[in-house]
Amino acid sequence: MSAAAGGISAADRLGSVTTGSALELRGVTKLFGALAAISDVTMTVAPGERRAVLGSNGAGKTTLFNCVTGDFLPTSGAIRLFGEDVTRFPAHERIRRGLRRTYQISLLFGGLSVADNVYLACRGVNRNRFSLLRPRPSDPLLTRAEELIEAVHLTQARARLVSELSYGQQRQLEIALALAGAPRLILFDEPAAGLSPTERAELVAILGNLPPHVGFIIIEHDMDVALRVATKVTMLHNGRVFKEGTPAEIEDDPEVQELYLGDGTHGHG
Amino acid sequence: MALTDQARAPAPQPGSGFGVFSRVPGAWWATGFILLLMPLVAGNFWLFQVFGWSFCLGIIALSLMFLAGYGGMVSLVQMTVAVLAGYVVAILGNSGVEQISVGLSWWLYVPLAILIATGFATLVGALAVRTEGIYTIMITLAIASAFFYFTRQNYGIFNGYSGFNLVVPPRLFGVDWRQPTAFYYLSLGGAAVCYAAVVYVSRSPFGLALQGVRDNPRRMASLGFNVTAHRIAAYAFAGVVAAIGGILLVWQTSQVAPYSGGIAAVIDILIIAVVGGIRRPIGAFVGAFIFVLLSTFSPDVLSAFGLSNERFKLVIGVGFLVVVFFSPDGALGLWERWRARRRSAVDPLTGKAVAGGGP
Repeated sequence: MSAAAGGISAADRLGSVTTGSALELRGVTKLFGALAAISDVTMTVAPGERRAVLGSNGAGKTTLFNCVTGDFLPTSGAIRLFGEDVTRFPAHERIRRGLRRTYQISLLFGGLSVADNVYLACRGVNRNRFSLLRPRPSDPLLTRAEELIEAVHLTQARARLVSELSYGQQRQLEIALALAGAPRLILFDEPAAGLSPTERAELVAILGNLPPHVGFIIIEHDMDVALRVATKVTMLHNGRVFKEGTPAEIEDDPEVQELYLGDGTHGHG
Repeated sequence: MALTDQARAPAPQPGSGFGVFSRVPGAWWATGFILLLMPLVAGNFWLFQVFGWSFCLGIIALSLMFLAGYGGMVSLVQMTVAVLAGYVVAILGNSGVEQISVGLSWWLYVPLAILIATGFATLVGALAVRTEGIYTIMITLAIASAFFYFTRQNYGIFNGYSGFNLVVPPRLFGVDWRQPTAFYYLSLGGAAVCYAAVVYVSRSPFGLALQGVRDNPRRMASLGFNVTAHRIAAYAFAGVVAAIGGILLVWQTSQVAPYSGGIAAVIDILIIAVVGGIRRPIGAFVGAFIFVLLSTFSPDVLSAFGLSNERFKLVIGVGFLVVVFFSPDGALGLWERWRARRRSAVDPLTGKAVAGGGP
């Protein structure tokens, strides 16, 4: 009330938060030598949006993810994360702003236990990363780690070394690591690859149960998974944005059917 | 001297891994007990020349083990950091070179030595962590040899070729800490503190994150960790450990000279860590003990066979080759495999006895 100036600025800030986008790519290009892995990609993802990125092999999906997380710096273009220009930020700075990702090929800490892996993920986005003191049993991060382990159904395996886990369990652990801290936008790189039908159903359930404010972008070859969890789809072809629309629009698009779905149904017989 | 053979006790195993130290296994109590009572049975030569030296080298190798085993960074600069700490002790404290030594008291020069050596280690770390694998080895080796040539040519501060002699520990609480028994306890204490610190830190957020960086630096960055800063901090921590080892070593040998940090000495630390087993903190001390035994007694054995006792490095080299060839995990790995085999041979006694002792 009485402090009008304060009220306005707070409203402005609130406005910029709600109207701003979670992720904004403008003209992002990544060259490997003369090869353009992605060229001139422009897309906007709203907060809480669930987006699927489709495309054949070599369409530039994973390169796109690598540019967003900062594993590679783009050759040109701009990346804004929650309104902030992060184009030149190192990966860990982007992660601390609420971005998470999983990897196509599980990148885990094989020499550590499941519990240690998840605890590290929780610690990474919190303070005292350099603490030389061991966590106390009452450490809230330990509790949080246990909750995450339970959320991805790995409680039985919590003390085992990650290198001893099955492939499916490693994929589940990948997701637990991405959920640590307070994620706002998660990039899933083919989370269903190599999973059994039961595990796929479980994955769809896990993705569906994410809190509404957590948006994600998912790369997925399994159309069943991709179109079921996503509200909007971006198709990449040869490193460029080819089509963008709702799952229904994409499915019905004749060009897309010829390029991708047609091949897919043909492949499945 | 039969009892002194029990001194191999530093070898016992830390159960099945790091972690779970709330319940200390019985073997550890036994080891501690034996080490504490060692002066009752061991002679001065064993206490000072074998155990004292082993503990000093073990601490320095421990700093390499921390970097290599937990951080995946093989640094050849750890001996140089230790020798720098030794130099600082000689320069700021007392030595036979009175025109250079400043003569500060121990409570000033000991912390300063640790501080300066750690600063140097951090600086080297900042340079080395931008490289991986073989390039880390090359860069740290280059720095180590640069330090060696610098100390050999600098007479103003490092007294050039001859270095410093008569560098002895301070007389404290009326004890001459260079007496064999006193030095044994001093170096044992230093080793125990460094060992405990490394084991403790390995399970702290910092230590866990370091092991994460070793397994997968890219993933660590995508969890929000600043990988470069973590690696540099690891060099700093290892620098403190190496500095403590270096101070004890300069008191043990009572001298420090360019060759203390020469290429041969630098490589010796790598050999010690690898021979002992670079994955476990205790491996550094096992390796140091084996190294000291070989370099102390192989000249006698060689001359008994009519060979020149100059060849003792050959024995160490062959020993190194054998251990690395048969067990990448060092002596600890050999010991573990032997125990596992014995257990499986003894466990189903009736069944397996057939295989061992005929039908």
